[in-house]
Amino acid sequence: MAKILVVTSGKGGVGKTTTSAAIGTGLALRGHKTVIVDFDVGLRNLDLIMGCERRVVYDFVNVVNGEANLQQALIKDKRLENLYVLAASQTRDKDALTQEGVEKVLMELKKDFEYVICDSPAGIEKGAHLAMYFADEAIVVTNPEVSSVRDSDRMLGILSSKSRRSENGEEPIKEHLLITRYHPERVEKGEMLSIDDVTDILAIKLKGVIPESQAVLKASNQGIPVILDDQSDAGQAYSDTVDRLLGKEKPLRFIEVPKQGFFARLFGGK
Amino acid sequence: MQTMSLNQTPDTASVFQLKGSMLAITVLELARNDLEALDRQLAAKVAQAPNFFSNTPLVLALDKLPASEGAIDLPGLMRICRHHGLRTLAIRANRIEDIAAAIAIDLPVLPPSGARERPLEPEPEVKQPEPAPAPAPAVEPQVRPTRIITAPVRGGQQIYAQGGDLVVTGSVSPGAELLADGNIHVYGAMRGRALAGIKGNTKARIFCQQMTAEMVSIAGQYKVCEDLRRDPLWGSGVQVSLSGDVLNITRL
Ligand SMILES: Nc1ncnc2c1ncn2[C@@H]1O[C@H](COP(=O)(O)OP(=O)(O)O)[C@@H](O)[C@H]1O
Ligand SMILES: [Mg+2]
Repeated sequence: MAKILVVTSGKGGVGKTTTSAAIGTGLALRGHKTVIVDFDVGLRNLDLIMGCERRVVYDFVNVVNGEANLQQALIKDKRLENLYVLAASQTRDKDALTQEGVEKVLMELKKDFEYVICDSPAGIEKGAHLAMYFADEAIVVTNPEVSSVRDSDRMLGILSSKSRRSENGEEPIKEHLLITRYHPERVEKGEMLSIDDVTDILAIKLKGVIPESQAVLKASNQGIPVILDDQSDAGQAYSDTVDRLLGKEKPLRFIEVPKQGFFARLFGGK
Repeated sequence: MQTMSLNQTPDTASVFQLKGSMLAITVLELARNDLEALDRQLAAKVAQAPNFFSNTPLVLALDKLPASEGAIDLPGLMRICRHHGLRTLAIRANRIEDIAAAIAIDLPVLPPSGARERPLEPEPEVKQPEPAPAPAPAVEPQVRPTRIITAPVRGGQQIYAQGGDLVVTGSVSPGAELLADGNIHVYGAMRGRALAGIKGNTKARIFCQQMTAEMVSIAGQYKVCEDLRRDPLWGSGVQVSLSGDVLNITRL
């Protein structure tokens, strides 16, 4: 059965699009046919992070409006066989998507793909609502700070009460927590919430912790999902996350302050 | 010494008591297997009396369905009922396929009823001047069951136990609001607001296992976070009660 997975958070700038690109690519790498759908109409940037911006001819809104069919709008990834992107429109306004239109497109995608990843816009308004409404599972992306945790908490309330599954009285959306931009030094200094603080409040299953990393900016500037940078901490942390989403047990990495080596300590470190 | 013996509850002491009870429950008796028509007709009823259809416990009676009517889509039927505010507790059936369908989704099956049931017409909520109070109708005293919430209550969510108590077994997030005409019990971390006795019941109480609330209120008397934080019992198990116009917070 195809799965619709929404990547959502409430707050903007926490790493939803970075995560959608990484997880979608990670699933495709493991042989699952995957499409990533950008719901951020007006602010599209998934295509930039995936490095396919110059190949966007038709987008999600064109398909919803019947101006193009899905086959025309789906962009095949140039690196991976199993991976596709459905871009958002840059020019349309936010109200271009309708619930019926989104449903039609998602149901059609479900026939063809194993995973449909919905990259949600920020906020809890219509765009975010449409992105999560049809979901089977949700990855709630949270930064270790109070405002982000509050917004994620609100989003969890919406997932459990305003989704199609909840309205139909079906099994609720499966919720996964992903903490991103985690900075062990700043947590140690008390400038950021710890993993325990976050999981204590949100009380859902933690599926990964992605460290704050230079590799993310570098990768997105090159249009390469960071998970393909398998030397980087963030890339490896995303890989572990995909494995956990697929049911594997993996210990968390990159959550401790790196221990300084003997010479570094001797010479004063940083 | 006496308190000691209190703690040593013998293993034989009963931890529960079974009680017989007569609950007034709405029965929806289905005459035909036509879910579309049911959906439409329920919608019309809801429009007349919206308050009647709000999480109303329901028994679905399928025992009057003629054998000739095809198999019922039970989950579909329950979804329609739920959509209109009717929550199915059990079905009443005699056709084997209906019983099987209920067993498949772990829904209790009651035997077909011989008892007389009076037709129930939810009163249309018309905006006419109130008629003179009619002589009290001979209905069973209505017992509002305690509302029990097992999922965490998230910021932005509001839960109201109308006419009764509210029990939350999980945590209550900042920005979440619990309202009850009766008492409120919270067994997870309590970080939101709790307002008990909101229709003026000064006897209502709030019980929390871990009181870190943004606000507590009983019958309109309240304390907000700034005051609560100064209380030495902040973070521990407490009960909140009202005497006069003073909110008392005492250890549980
Ligand atoms: N783990 C990380 N380390 C460093 N920067 C990150 C990380 N995750 C995201 N970012 C940066 O944060 C910004 C917002 O990320 P983005 O994925 O677009 O968030 P959203 O889609 O939630 O708005 C981008 O500049 C991105 O490069
Ligand atoms: Mg984004």
